[in-house]
Amino acid sequence: MDFGSILQILDSAVRFSTPLLLACLAGLWSERSGIFDIGLEGKMLIGAFAAGAFSAIATMPVYDGGWGWQTGGMWVGMVAAIIASILLALIHGVASITLRGNQLISGVAINFFAAGITVLLGASWFRQGGDTPQLPAGGRFRPIELPLSETLSDVPVFGPIYQNLISGHNLIIYFGFFAVLATYWVLFRTRYGLRLRAVGENPGAVDTAGISVVKLRYSAIIITGILCGIAGAYLSLGTSAPGFGRDMTAGRGFIALAALIFAKWRPVPAMWACLLFGLLEAISTKYQSIDLGFMVLPGQFMQALPYVMTVVILAGFVGKAIPPKAGGEPYVKER
Amino acid sequence: MTVTENPGQPNAAAPTPPAIELIGISKAFGPVQANKDITMTVAKGAIHGIVGENGAGKSTLMSILYGFYKADSGRVKINGVETEITDSHAAIAAGIGMVHQHFMLVDTFTVLENVILGAEDGPMLKPSLAKARKELQRLANEYELDVDPDAIVGEISVGFQQRVEILKALYRQAEILILDEPTGVLTPAEADHLFRILKNLKEQGKTIVLITHKLREIMDVTDTVSVMRRGEMTATIETATTSPSKLAEAMVGRSVIMEVEKAPATVGETVMEIKNLVVKDGQGVERLKNISFSLKRGEVLGIAGVAGNGQTELLEVLGGIRPATSGEVIMKGDSIDLTIKANAQKRRHRGIGHVPEDRHARGLVMSFKTWENTALGYHNEPEFSKKFGMANQKAMLADAQGKMERFDIRPPNPQLVASSFSGGNQQKIVLAREIERNPEVLLIGQPTRGVDIGAIEFIHQQIVKLRDAGKAILLISVELDEIQALSDRILVMFDGIIQGERLPENTDKNELGLLMAGVDPEAEA
Repeated sequence: MDFGSILQILDSAVRFSTPLLLACLAGLWSERSGIFDIGLEGKMLIGAFAAGAFSAIATMPVYDGGWGWQTGGMWVGMVAAIIASILLALIHGVASITLRGNQLISGVAINFFAAGITVLLGASWFRQGGDTPQLPAGGRFRPIELPLSETLSDVPVFGPIYQNLISGHNLIIYFGFFAVLATYWVLFRTRYGLRLRAVGENPGAVDTAGISVVKLRYSAIIITGILCGIAGAYLSLGTSAPGFGRDMTAGRGFIALAALIFAKWRPVPAMWACLLFGLLEAISTKYQSIDLGFMVLPGQFMQALPYVMTVVILAGFVGKAIPPKAGGEPYVKER
Repeated sequence: MTVTENPGQPNAAAPTPPAIELIGISKAFGPVQANKDITMTVAKGAIHGIVGENGAGKSTLMSILYGFYKADSGRVKINGVETEITDSHAAIAAGIGMVHQHFMLVDTFTVLENVILGAEDGPMLKPSLAKARKELQRLANEYELDVDPDAIVGEISVGFQQRVEILKALYRQAEILILDEPTGVLTPAEADHLFRILKNLKEQGKTIVLITHKLREIMDVTDTVSVMRRGEMTATIETATTSPSKLAEAMVGRSVIMEVEKAPATVGETVMEIKNLVVKDGQGVERLKNISFSLKRGEVLGIAGVAGNGQTELLEVLGGIRPATSGEVIMKGDSIDLTIKANAQKRRHRGIGHVPEDRHARGLVMSFKTWENTALGYHNEPEFSKKFGMANQKAMLADAQGKMERFDIRPPNPQLVASSFSGGNQQKIVLAREIERNPEVLLIGQPTRGVDIGAIEFIHQQIVKLRDAGKAILLISVELDEIQALSDRILVMFDGIIQGERLPENTDKNELGLLMAGVDPEAEA
């Protein structure tokens, strides 16, 4: 394998890992505050749909019922994705914080709801079997060439790395990595982060310190909604095949949860975990089958690998992962 | 003494207003009146004790003062100024700090992070942490409160965790410190250190409220003491003018004299022999310290004591729901299993019935119907079973119907869920289930707690009837009157040991009260 194809695989690993990373960080915020969230998948899906649908509407010609925008349609899609995802997050919040319901059941319900409503609305609005139309260039996030990438391309090793791996991604991908640092910084360097981590471990301590448990948890859930919305928007606005396709999240919300556990609810390890999953997906896409010399691994095996990894990780083969102690338990003042 | 309060203009000549004044505080949880019209005054710079048994309403009262619960009625004055404490935030602002019985700490955080949580100086952590580190150093020097600020709280001992709680309060400039059962989790040495700290704080002018049910602590450290009983404040006295036995009496109360008609006991042979029983709890604290006694046919053996002196543990070990650390229990010649493998069902097959102290948590499933509850624990018996492990619901229902008639459980409808009955009727359901199995030994804990007068009489009659049928009864109660009225022999427990044995006809409340307070009157005489 030459240097070029290694770079190519790493490059697509970064692309594949971005939606996972955003969803994983989304889950991190919620679960660090003590609200388990298996509804990441559903929020991503509705985000992807809202992004695809509204970007399509914004860029559609006026005579087709659209707004006829030439550029900037993706921003409409992004805002719609974030709003839709926040709305689902708030439903989860009302169920699990205010009404003290079961967080797993609420999460499952959100996943089912998203899977259903996206296809229903998509089929009714666009009549393409639940998909949204292909988006024109003005309706999606395009790759950004970082400065000097052409000039530096002749520098050995660094040049190609800079040009292929670091430069040439779209805004959401850069945002994903920025979000890792931001999450780390807020969680471990600010007052808000301290309180948020405390409420996930012992809400009683937060309550007796005179801070509202409910407000803190809602704020965390809204951040989860925002990040899930962006993750969904990436799927329909930021890839080479832009537009929403039914069930396009394909279990990424669950893989993100596995990565979160793998990373033990810490932001930087979460990034590495998501990159690992992204790498597996990149390899399976590039090589349909792998010849090991003595046997050939079929393509289906490679495609299944991220999911197999998810199961392995969730089954606890990667050492003990201790979740936030108050996670999953509604907070009730003791009688 | 008349005090003219003029909070607006501090007057050097006027006496300092009390640190805390509670006026007419009432609080109910559903049908349970946890606090009834409580009025209490704590002078500034005093250590004030609140004693009372578990469930007397001490913690509720203090949680109201700390803003954790909202009182149904009543007023609070802090330093003479009427203060509305709506939440913990308001309490902290009024200079009140609380050390909860179950620590309110985040185990994964460092000491420093726990101390600043909720009292940070700005949106960034760094300056707050630096300031707290300095302040902690100062407090450590001043009050013997050394803790490593960078230690992870989950990894330090409970004694240190408690210091973190005190530090939290002091860091928030608390002038009034409430400690809820602070020594329950401490070793004696740690407890002594805590009391030194408290005296230190007092010298610095802080006001301290100490909630406990341990009389020795009250006598050792407090200046004044209030006694609570069943949600009411029965007395407030200066500690110097009282004695442990007087306090014990006030805690347990002199309710209406109970009379139970009973014939003299015809005591038979020993059924159960308890030898050198030792029980340690999860924290390694000895709850039962080498207890031995025997139980005979045809007698009611009463165990008196202030709640929390090992009675619960004794009952649970004999009932098969808590393992013993060491010791032996022999029943009719054979020793019974005291290991973790023991269970209540095996105990019942040995002929040991158990009416647990807490009927809500242990005696009944509140959301189950009466007929389910009356079969509970015996649901595997042949008469309640059908083929292939199916339950014989018809038999259970018929059995429940009969029990409800014989024990006068009202309303006599076996389809009603347990929670829809009054306390007395709930207790009768448990008693009917256990007594009608005709056990050789019946363990009964607090048979009449929260039970109305009429039901008390009935329950007492049933206990005497079982005794007259030649069964052995071990009665544990914190109600001294009940112990005196029912028992043929009385053991007094104090701090995990049997402090004394008396015959009811040869003793009186004073003597029993002294024993309950850990004093042996005969040794002193």
